[in-house]
Amino acid sequence: MTSNNTQAIIEIENWLQRRLSNEQWHWLQERRELNGNENANRDLHITLGLIPRKLGRDDLELSDSELAGANSARKNWDPSSWTVDCAARMLVLAQLADQDQAGFADVLADLCRTADLAESITLYSGLPLYPASAKLDAQIGEGLRTNIRAVFESIAHNNPYPAEFFDQNRWNHMVLKALFIGSRLAPIQGLDDRANAELALILRDYAHERWAAGREITPELWRCVGRFATADMIDDLERVTQSDINTERQAGLLALSQTPKGVADQRIAEILAKFPTQVEQIADGTLTWDTNH
Amino acid sequence: MMLIDPHTHMISRTTDDYEAMAASGVVALIEPAFWIGQPRTHVATYIDYLSSIVGFERFRAAQFGIRHYCTIGLNSKEANNEELAEAVMEILPRFALKEGVVAIGEIGYDEQTPLEDKYFRAQLELAKELDLPVMIHTPHRDKKRGTTRSMDVCEEHGMDPGKIVVDHNNEETVREVLDRGYWAAFSIYPSTKMGNVRMVEILQEYGANRIMVDSACDWGISEPLGVAKTARLALERGVPEEQVRLVCYQNALDAYGQSGQMKEEHWLNPPPIDQRTVYEGNSILRGGRDPLVEDSGSKQHRRDDLIIE
Repeated sequence: MTSNNTQAIIEIENWLQRRLSNEQWHWLQERRELNGNENANRDLHITLGLIPRKLGRDDLELSDSELAGANSARKNWDPSSWTVDCAARMLVLAQLADQDQAGFADVLADLCRTADLAESITLYSGLPLYPASAKLDAQIGEGLRTNIRAVFESIAHNNPYPAEFFDQNRWNHMVLKALFIGSRLAPIQGLDDRANAELALILRDYAHERWAAGREITPELWRCVGRFATADMIDDLERVTQSDINTERQAGLLALSQTPKGVADQRIAEILAKFPTQVEQIADGTLTWDTNH
Repeated sequence: MMLIDPHTHMISRTTDDYEAMAASGVVALIEPAFWIGQPRTHVATYIDYLSSIVGFERFRAAQFGIRHYCTIGLNSKEANNEELAEAVMEILPRFALKEGVVAIGEIGYDEQTPLEDKYFRAQLELAKELDLPVMIHTPHRDKKRGTTRSMDVCEEHGMDPGKIVVDHNNEETVREVLDRGYWAAFSIYPSTKMGNVRMVEILQEYGANRIMVDSACDWGISEPLGVAKTARLALERGVPEEQVRLVCYQNALDAYGQSGQMKEEHWLNPPPIDQRTVYEGNSILRGGRDPLVEDSGSKQHRRDDLIIE
């Protein structure tokens, strides 16, 4: 992780240097050098507090080549939605993580305890740059339990950490919670790779609950069902193909086309036969989960 | 008319109140750190309280299209628990620079004890160090002398009256507060503080310069529509609209805007990062639209509607 972080730190430095005035950049350098001083903890809080006041909160708007640089420094690291203050805070944190890998999770937990909204988002969106540990894992659990959607999404969305480190239970509950709070599934990295039979079951039950309550269901739900659909789920998928809403119908068809062989081949073929145009689009790749919105 | 309520304890209020405030025109409010009715006896509960008002409460307000700010401080009542007070003073610098913190407050006197005095002064020094405005809570009892003393102490510490809001004024205190150059806030709070008829009379006598009204709504029997009702009453009784705008909106923005943390663009044209995070899923404030104003009977209507979906 250390060598990756060294490269990540260089990338963030470059992004900021291109966007900050000389005066702002020097201020940030001075604050970074306070690291390790006698009052390091107090200085750290003041530095993190002052960053948005001194450097602003504009979107970074990273270029394609800058984003490619991020990805080569840390696989699947996606800072495309970061702001200037987020990047500057992350520079300070990544440096801390490098200096004291064993103690970093304690520092992070302490920062999370008193974080404001923007800080919480920053602290969790930096997960790919932190050394993994049991303590870090516990803090991520805290973060996922938030009621604040943007904080939840800072963990769940555009973040390689969950797919790489979450166990199945935490993964499944993250996906379910995303649906529950009206968040999107598409920005979850590894969504298709981490689909599993238990999640398919949980989501099917959730769909039944929503139907019973007369509430809408996002078509994205079925993306995690198709590959693990069992014979008793085919009725549900057929129902989805009969929806009045086009994206829902298409979601049902996409899920049906992904069901494992031998589950209900004849039945599925009969349903799909009613939608020749869409089936063709699925076959030639013009209709996919990513185009269905 | 857009309104700001510069003194509310929303942590004690329901979503009905947020809804009613938004409907009445409130676009922004300020939640001062204060006593929550039950004394806190550990610094840890104080930390969690401050975390709530810089974090979750902002999110809750945003769901109703209201921009939430707060002030950070050790209140005068709890300043009397010395062990707690010492520990709170240590963690205050950590919170004072959080996003949306517009002042150190509400601080001042309750029973004017030596400990209250000690921590009031220490927090004035903190405000000076961090270049933040101050919100002063004037005492309920022995108010006139307590108010004078609060201003004396501020001046002893070299504070600029233009960065200090003296709150909970009444007919007896307003003259001196204005004459000495401070902002004078009035809490429209039934039974114990100001009523809005008296408030309108004060506006008629003193004009709108450096005066603001707030609701100070909290866990007691109080009125979250205090600002809106005062604005309406003032207009009905002939106070010029521009003056009403000053005392119910602009003066609070000017006073607390000195923190650099409160800007009109936050609700008129929120920056992209806020649109993606704070206001996500809420269309009311996105794109600079005026706040949604429902008809005043909507709450009553909801009470009569038996259907819950």
